[in-house]
Amino acid sequence: MSLDHLTLLQQFMVVLAAVVLFTSFVLLQQSRLVAAVHAFAWQGALVAMVTAIVAVAGDQLHLFFSAALTLGLKALLIPWMLHRLVRRLELDRHSETLRHPALVTMAALALVIFSYWAVAPIVQQELIFTRNIVAVSLAVVLIGLLMMVIRTQAVAQVLGFMSMENGLFLAAVSATGGMPLVVELGVAFDVLVAMVLFGVFFFQIRESIDSLDVDRMNRLTERVDEP
Amino acid sequence: MNASLWALTLLQVLLYAALAPLLVGWVRKIKALLQNRKGASVWQPYRDLYKLFGKEARMAHTASILFRAAPYIVFVATWLAASAIPLIAIPMPTSAIADVIVIAGLLALARFFLALAGMDVGTAFGGMGASREMFVSALAEPAMLMAVFTLAMTAHSTNLASVVEYQLVNDNILRPSYMFALAGLMLVAIAETGRIPADNPATHLELTMIHEAMILEYSGRHLALMEWAAQLKLLLYGVLLANVFFPWGIGQGTGFAAASIGLVVIVTKLALLGVALAVSETVLAKMRVFRVPAFLNLALLLALLGLLSHVILEVGA
Repeated sequence: MSLDHLTLLQQFMVVLAAVVLFTSFVLLQQSRLVAAVHAFAWQGALVAMVTAIVAVAGDQLHLFFSAALTLGLKALLIPWMLHRLVRRLELDRHSETLRHPALVTMAALALVIFSYWAVAPIVQQELIFTRNIVAVSLAVVLIGLLMMVIRTQAVAQVLGFMSMENGLFLAAVSATGGMPLVVELGVAFDVLVAMVLFGVFFFQIRESIDSLDVDRMNRLTERVDEP
Repeated sequence: MNASLWALTLLQVLLYAALAPLLVGWVRKIKALLQNRKGASVWQPYRDLYKLFGKEARMAHTASILFRAAPYIVFVATWLAASAIPLIAIPMPTSAIADVIVIAGLLALARFFLALAGMDVGTAFGGMGASREMFVSALAEPAMLMAVFTLAMTAHSTNLASVVEYQLVNDNILRPSYMFALAGLMLVAIAETGRIPADNPATHLELTMIHEAMILEYSGRHLALMEWAAQLKLLLYGVLLANVFFPWGIGQGTGFAAASIGLVVIVTKLALLGVALAVSETVLAKMRVFRVPAFLNLALLLALLGLLSHVILEVGA
């Protein structure tokens, strides 16, 4: 759907969706954890704003609830928990060295092109005005996956996982006008529980290998006690 | 009609040369005020140029003919590039002659001779500056072209006057691609014109300088032309950003009224842009040379995202 067929509010939503994609790239490239948590919070807030605009422009009032849920959970509560975790793990001054940052960016751009190509048949169906951003949401999911693959820091991997969830939520909003409320509540609760578990898990990892660099797990060897 | 059109174009081209030192003087003044200094008058760059033109041009013994010719080539190429960008009014026959790719080519020509001149005398500083300049521009040029292609794809033309006109006619559309292209082009402009954080324009003897290192051997009228060319380049990028992304107020005819309103509007826009540049230069610190690729990678990423969001979000399937 060409942009000049949309109302101003719907165009604003498209702009916000583009910024969501940009925050995914910021997350991917951010070597400082605190800044990455802030980028994740902004992504959550932007997804919530997109949802709210879809609710207004598409006249789907139940989406307001989803928007509020996303804002509270993804933009405030989870970033706050992550922030506290990072400070308690004394990682707030830690900066990770990224390997091949330019190559990773190019890979992420290739993922954006791939997701555009992959959703092209879906977009052929006459959907509502949100159909242009289906590709963006798939790209956010894939970039979150890429982030989990290339980052070695456990906290950064969790951020990738959470941003994947943001992408899935955006896909649900843009492709089908939101999931049923029960499903949404369930997913939100799942994410929250996952967050709590990750928190506990971080401390466990650090206890056992004295670092949150997941790559170092490869070097663990088990000493076999000779009888 | 045709004669007045060309007269207006000639006026714009002359205005470019006349306004360029003023923009630099303005940025320096604002920067000085922000740093709690009084600063030189905004007319100081004109006085410097006048002084340099009156001085004798000294030449190193090892300098070749290229060293002597380079200032003229650099200045003329930059001026020609500027002449194809609408300054105060849109109908511009030179825009039809030289589109955006020619502008990038002319700027590359100027840069090529600047780097050659830097290496010609054989001093360590000149060679170092030249190699750094090429290193920065090799990364900045793709980003600039990508950003410009985004505009060209939207307006279906690489002619800058038509891009501006398209933007004026369809001014009620929010375009994510323009937003990304603007951000990308701003970063490119900062790197290309040698401002902080890529290069420090206020330094003359520092190991990290880029532009100043190349023109260290120049004096007299040659130095004046080199400096004037650098000021023109800053004005060129400023006008490109101001007129392509915020074209409102630009004159749309050859009339005297339209042109004078256009002049007032562009001077206001450039003054605001100058304030923004001075503020960013005061807030930011110069980065290490080996951090500059990351900076320009961001510019390239923004430009590519602009291109992709044009294809994905704006055209649709």
